[in-house]
Amino acid sequence: MLLAAPSPVALRSPRRSASRLDPARGAGEVFPNCLHCGLPTAAGRRFCCPGCAAAYETIQTLGLGQYYRQRLLDPALRAPRPEATDRPDLARHIVARADGTHELTLAIDGLQCGACVWLIESVLAREPAVLTGRVNMTTRRLRLVWRGGADHAEHLVGRIEHLGYRLVPFDTALLAAAQDRTGRALLRALAVAGFAAGNVMLISIGIWAGDRAGLLDDMGPATRSLLHWVSALIALPAIAYAGMPLFASAAAALRHARTNMDVPISIGVLLVTGMSLAQTITGGEHTYFDSAVTLLFFLLIGRVLDHRARGQARATAEQLLTLRNADIAMLNPDGSVTRRAQHTVVPGDRVLVGMGERIGIDGVVESGTSSLDASLVSGESLPVVARAGTPVFAGTLNLDAPLTLRVTAADDATLLADCVRLIEAAEARRGRFVVLADRVARRYAPAVHLTALATFAWWFFVMGAGVTQALLTASAVLIITCPCALALAVPAVQVIATSRLFRAGVLLKSATALERLAAVNTVVFDKTGTLTEPLLGLSSGADRAALLLAASLAANSRHPLARALVAAAGPVAPAEGTTEHAGEGLCAGDVRLGSRAFCGVAELAHDTPPPLEGGGWGEGLVGANLRPTPPPNPLPQGEGEGCAPTSPELWLTRPGHPPVRFAFDEIVRTDAAAVVARLRALGLDVHLLSGDRAASVARVATTLGIADWQAERTPVQKVAAIEALRAAGRTVLMVGDGLNDSPSLAAANVSASPASAADISQTVADVVFQGRKLAPVALLVTTARRAQGVMRGNLALSIGYNALMVPLAIAGYVTPWLAAAAMSSSSLLVMANSFRLRAEGPT
Amino acid sequence: MTVILYLLGASLLLGGGGLALFLWSLRSGQYEDLEGAANRILFDDDQQ
Repeated sequence: MLLAAPSPVALRSPRRSASRLDPARGAGEVFPNCLHCGLPTAAGRRFCCPGCAAAYETIQTLGLGQYYRQRLLDPALRAPRPEATDRPDLARHIVARADGTHELTLAIDGLQCGACVWLIESVLAREPAVLTGRVNMTTRRLRLVWRGGADHAEHLVGRIEHLGYRLVPFDTALLAAAQDRTGRALLRALAVAGFAAGNVMLISIGIWAGDRAGLLDDMGPATRSLLHWVSALIALPAIAYAGMPLFASAAAALRHARTNMDVPISIGVLLVTGMSLAQTITGGEHTYFDSAVTLLFFLLIGRVLDHRARGQARATAEQLLTLRNADIAMLNPDGSVTRRAQHTVVPGDRVLVGMGERIGIDGVVESGTSSLDASLVSGESLPVVARAGTPVFAGTLNLDAPLTLRVTAADDATLLADCVRLIEAAEARRGRFVVLADRVARRYAPAVHLTALATFAWWFFVMGAGVTQALLTASAVLIITCPCALALAVPAVQVIATSRLFRAGVLLKSATALERLAAVNTVVFDKTGTLTEPLLGLSSGADRAALLLAASLAANSRHPLARALVAAAGPVAPAEGTTEHAGEGLCAGDVRLGSRAFCGVAELAHDTPPPLEGGGWGEGLVGANLRPTPPPNPLPQGEGEGCAPTSPELWLTRPGHPPVRFAFDEIVRTDAAAVVARLRALGLDVHLLSGDRAASVARVATTLGIADWQAERTPVQKVAAIEALRAAGRTVLMVGDGLNDSPSLAAANVSASPASAADISQTVADVVFQGRKLAPVALLVTTARRAQGVMRGNLALSIGYNALMVPLAIAGYVTPWLAAAAMSSSSLLVMANSFRLRAEGPT
Repeated sequence: MTVILYLLGASLLLGGGGLALFLWSLRSGQYEDLEGAANRILFDDDQQ
């Protein structure tokens, strides 16, 4: 049945439904939306490009048209516009199975909603060779199993790419790690503990009711003994199985001569179980099987929630990395090209880097002319020109035209690897952070054990009770003090805070990040790509007609200036018949868009400063911003010396009109000033640490009102600056995106990166945030602080609860049913308190 | 009181059955894509 109303996805998320792109609604506007991808298209046209038209045709032909009626496009995600990109080598990742079929797992980019899942699966179901084609929406992966040869994979993947999705095969090693065995083991343990807890509790209620102090007072010792035996029969194997995760963790801590929360838990559970078994054998009155099993059940709930929340963030981060993990195209001596994994390339090899491809090695340009976007490496926001002889570095993006490179350093000899070494050194200095729960456990565990021991001694030596009686009282103390609520106190809060942040597009990668964030009192920002947008903005005005014309040409290019121009002009259809001259500009007939020289504009005395020789599109930006010779400096120096601060520009010339100049500048993220002010209001010091020129750093710092700024810092100097802050007693949050920021991300107490950041920065950062706004940084700090408050509240609650009940237990008044009630109610109290985090405050 | 034996047996059998079912569903991967499962019911099965 078709859905007329918006799907629950839309109902649940107002942000998505408000920004819904409906192709039908766009039809009457000046710039209607493409029927397939929903992006703007020219007036009177139904599709933005031939790729979209073909995809639409395919979908309609297969009778899958309901996809268009049911889908919801999220503008924040990549639109499903088919793009011609180099396909990574599939063959390496295909697994041949014993029955002659083949299997392949791919990461999907562009998955928008349930309709996409349905479309992909339906298209695959129409392929006769496909046995299984199933999309996992949570992890955004497609698992393919098909009959026939391995080479059939190209065809199947092509079918899906044709619809506008991008598919990248999953590394087999990564896939094995992603299977989440721990999560499954925890869930199984939880199920067993839940089963046992329910059944033992059911039987225990019978025993309590028939107890002498209970309601009915008519249970004979034989019946009670039978019920104890049945409880033992259920509880013993269940504890042996479900307790394993906790016992293993406790054993690991003890082996390293440490204690954690699992040590008192394990000792308590084992002692109580042993005592109860002894009672059962001797026909005693009280057993605590129910408490032991219920305890495990509650604890495992905490573990499963914790694991799930963090697993999700980890899976998303892995997804982002997989999508960028490309092969390298090796140029063989005979001129043919083979795609190989990055680590198999050695210096001296020749490789081909296509347009729009990220360079995976350090090398020297052998032939070709193009511009390179080095923003992720050096922090420099403007493209540089590369021609024969120019050194290039791993991590830069090739923009205009294919280049042939000779490899000078590969694998662990690249700049990237230098960065990794700096990061490792910084992380080693950072030291291990001890989480709150463990800090509490270190004091709590000995206190609990001493109390139990003292209770035993009191009853045995002073009161003259028998060993059994004394041991029973001591185990009642252990049960009451068993840190059930204490063990839930932290994970419950973490799960709620993590999922809240996740909905706001913030991924917490580290388990201890929240606690470290709560203590932050200094925030250090990088400039390029962090405080400013990844794209440049138009700074000089031009008349609307000229702008639209220029943008229609620019829409055909991936050059950052062209993309910035398109972004400034708004929706525009690409002009047809446009040709691109690498490193110079674009022309369509008599209309030219590009550098001053390319457009043939004479220089005027009063006009902008003269551009430097041999510039690319953005003149005055010759490649001085990468280090001149690779060996002496371990990392790029950020900015070049002697580079005049000319703003990048584009010229537009057309017959019958004077030339028009478009000047560009960095634009500060729209909410950056508000976020900086908000952080100040929260009592944090804000610093700016950039590799860029002093003039442009000063301008951004002034705009945002940041007094403490440093410019032209190398990565080593950045690390030093952060370590100086830490030595002065500050707790530092570093926010940065570039490769050059990654060592300082590792050096800070806690670090965050936007999702547009370099892979390595995202790997190092504790937190990755998505979207064009900086607001997540403020949200992080406020959420972490409130979470920390609730955690402390929880710990106080559960310790207070214990303090209240322990005297009763020592005095011997705690019967099994009282212990069970006390334990459950304190756990529920802590859970309820944790949910406050969800209910209050701004989202 | 022999009835208690039947009751105990029945409750364990039912509980154990539930546990076995859960473990089976876990093994067959039914908890691996909770988000996808929520969305799948909104779409028709694909009739070819």
